[in-house]
Amino acid sequence: MAINCTVNKKKVSLDIDPNTPLLWALRDHLSLLGTKYGCGIAQCGACTVWVNGEPTRSCVLPISAVSNAQITTIEGLDPAGKHPVQVAWDELDVPQCGYCQAGQIMTAAGLLKKNPHPSDQEIVDGMSGNICRCGTYHRIQEAVKLASKKIKK
Amino acid sequence: MKTSRRDFIQKTALFTGVFTLGFDWFSADASAMEVVASAGRFNAFLSIDSLGKITLFSPNPEIGQGIKTAFPVVVAEELDVDWSQVQVEQANLDTKLFERQLTGGSGALKHSWERLRKAGATVRKMMMQAAADQWKVDVNSCKTSKGVVLGPSGQKATYGSLAEAASKLPIPTEVSFKDRKDYKIIGTRVKGVDNKNVVTGKPLFGIDIRKPGMVFAQIIRPPFGATLKSFSAEDVKKMPGILDVVSFKNKVAIVGSSTYEILQARASLTCDYGSDGPLESNSTHAKWFDEGMKSDKAQVMRKDGDFAAALAKAVKVVEATYECPFISHSPMEPMNFFADVKKDSALLAGPTQVPQPAQKAVSDLLKIPVDKIQLEISKMGGGFGRRLNNDFVLEAAELSSIIQKPVLVMWTREDDMSGGIYRPAARYHFKAGIDANGEITAFYLRGVGLNAGNSTRQDNFPVGAIENVLIESFDQKSAVTTGPWRAPITNFLGFAEQAFLDEVAEVAGKDPVQMRLQLLAKVISNPVGKITYEPARFEEVIKQVAEKAQWKKKPGVHQGFSVYYSHLSYVAQIAEVKVENGKPKVTKVTAVTDCGEVINLSGAENQVKGAIIDGMGHALYAKLNFQAGVASPQNFNAYRLIRGNEVPVIDAHFVNNGIAPTGLGEPALPPTGGSIANAIYAATKKRHYKQPFS
Ligand code: FES
Ligand code: FES
Repeated sequence: MAINCTVNKKKVSLDIDPNTPLLWALRDHLSLLGTKYGCGIAQCGACTVWVNGEPTRSCVLPISAVSNAQITTIEGLDPAGKHPVQVAWDELDVPQCGYCQAGQIMTAAGLLKKNPHPSDQEIVDGMSGNICRCGTYHRIQEAVKLASKKIKK
Repeated sequence: MKTSRRDFIQKTALFTGVFTLGFDWFSADASAMEVVASAGRFNAFLSIDSLGKITLFSPNPEIGQGIKTAFPVVVAEELDVDWSQVQVEQANLDTKLFERQLTGGSGALKHSWERLRKAGATVRKMMMQAAADQWKVDVNSCKTSKGVVLGPSGQKATYGSLAEAASKLPIPTEVSFKDRKDYKIIGTRVKGVDNKNVVTGKPLFGIDIRKPGMVFAQIIRPPFGATLKSFSAEDVKKMPGILDVVSFKNKVAIVGSSTYEILQARASLTCDYGSDGPLESNSTHAKWFDEGMKSDKAQVMRKDGDFAAALAKAVKVVEATYECPFISHSPMEPMNFFADVKKDSALLAGPTQVPQPAQKAVSDLLKIPVDKIQLEISKMGGGFGRRLNNDFVLEAAELSSIIQKPVLVMWTREDDMSGGIYRPAARYHFKAGIDANGEITAFYLRGVGLNAGNSTRQDNFPVGAIENVLIESFDQKSAVTTGPWRAPITNFLGFAEQAFLDEVAEVAGKDPVQMRLQLLAKVISNPVGKITYEPARFEEVIKQVAEKAQWKKKPGVHQGFSVYYSHLSYVAQIAEVKVENGKPKVTKVTAVTDCGEVINLSGAENQVKGAIIDGMGHALYAKLNFQAGVASPQNFNAYRLIRGNEVPVIDAHFVNNGIAPTGLGEPALPPTGGSIANAIYAATKKRHYKQPFS
């Protein structure tokens, strides 16, 4: 039985093993390569996407759980890169290697959606589930703050 | 300034048939094709087309160190164009065009600084000459600004409009460089050229490579020192999506059409291993350290004066042993590589820090001529030295040649963490003798490494300041594979040595900063033997960090000092610790770096902060254990990496001295373990002799 869901506003039908984690369905079956694999066990956040607007670790979520769900990946956040979080990320030159950043951005954008003006501590707490091996943490935190200011305008 | 043939493309290639001559650095990116038709490739690093589009080529692999931005910044500066006018492209491996297409040792800028400036300045001169010819004026009366040549009576011509004429001129052999006070781009904050692609999730990395007809594979590797006896392939081969299960070199490869199907198959595959002797465990390594410390086979790396005699005369003796475990590089993007091997040619693609050796090794392995092996360099999700070892490239190539298909070999996190090429483990034993005046008269270090090579840096400070020195290294061979890890050797030697000197200062009754400065004064006035560092630059970073961090002037703040020289750069640090609920917490690290000219301030800050966070995280948490040849932990649930809520404030400063740039990807890491350990000691009176601290 195929699983139907919406990915980046497009309807898709996945006729694959329903236990397939969403991460691999996105990457291997839908050719959406922006979502990254880092650990496969919900520890690093590299694979973060939105499921019905909620930041979710796609590496441990079987597609059977996303039937009829709305999924947003980094490619769908704003393809033009104009989302305040994306703009802030570029302005403050956050990425080093860049590999973790799709997950960081989806987490940050999710955080600001719920709480557009988080305190410093809320930013630190909200972003600490995502590992950045290059250590871009300071700029990540500053960029969330900057994005929050951009949202205010 | 002489221009070598090698830095320049045959003039005939300009404007005519760049593409048909088969320069394939363009072919990787279809969007660059239009450029090609009218592009003037002036040299290996830059092309300017007749419409004024300026393309700068960055030859070195980008692993997050920012080279893809820093290199073009230098070219653009001397070319005298606006940064917004240029477009940057990653060049593929091309040994004819580029001399040092690799990432490692923080050596790229040092190697290429002169070349890059020349690449820009030469073309700027050609543009001025072309304009001068057109206007019939003296070239010396022309100036440039933002990609435009300005004539003596107000004439203006863009580089684009001059490109074709300029390309026909002889290449000037003498060019002058800008005065650094006129720099417009160098030293400013330039954003990473890949940022836009990163934030929109473009496929940039090795794991994102997709080629027609490509299959996926994962490889099961044996425990260290073990050989594969048998494996159960038959049932696995029948599983959905599985195309093949093959074995080579003690490994088993599962080939399939999707990652999840391969993961499923892996779970039901069992391998039997054998070994000649007992496989290594933690206890083996501990025993080897003990033996290495007692061995009479250690190599003498350096000897000044008579250490034993001086120690015997010392009034006080300080002695300590430090130890650091094997650790994994754990770049966020695990190892992976694409290979499509045909009978007598191959296409390789993916994240390697050293593409040329990769090409050569595949050529040797598969007996395919080097010039028939094309290698596309992808962006890398971190490297930290791991991608200097091309084991993963060779595996992919060998597998592709066996299955005769284009294949992307993916390592899981568990594969990556258990697959070796670790930072070697090491134990260090130090002794220092102090005389009645509190001066260090004798200094001894024995390093025992497991597959570490020389685990010491025998000519580095404080050597050169002490009359009687003995440095020895003992290397124990292990089946556990090792390789360079960001700031090889110094990433743990720096910690051990800087922590030890803190102990020495305490016993000698000296302030740790003052003690370093006194030692350096000695080196300046009367150095002992050969040294590899410049003592005056050392002094400067120390003085600046003491001032910036208000060393010992902040009541109630516990500070720890360290300073280290590596990769030709100097970094001094002061860490601050406060005790929260009885536990030490690092709150701030101030760092002063002398890496010569800072090319891109934004990138430089990123490197310093990243290296300090890296050094701190691994000093606090990282350790691999071994049981019967198998490493653990194998994933981030138990192998802890530092997170955003644990990082201290980092205050990064640079010495502004205009000296030719040196390395920055690594040098801020080695002093970190030491400054933190020393600050923890200041706060708790507890010294850390082993990494990880917790
Ligand atoms: S890959 Fe999903 S959390 Fe790491
Ligand atoms: S930027 Fe490299 S892992 Fe985050």
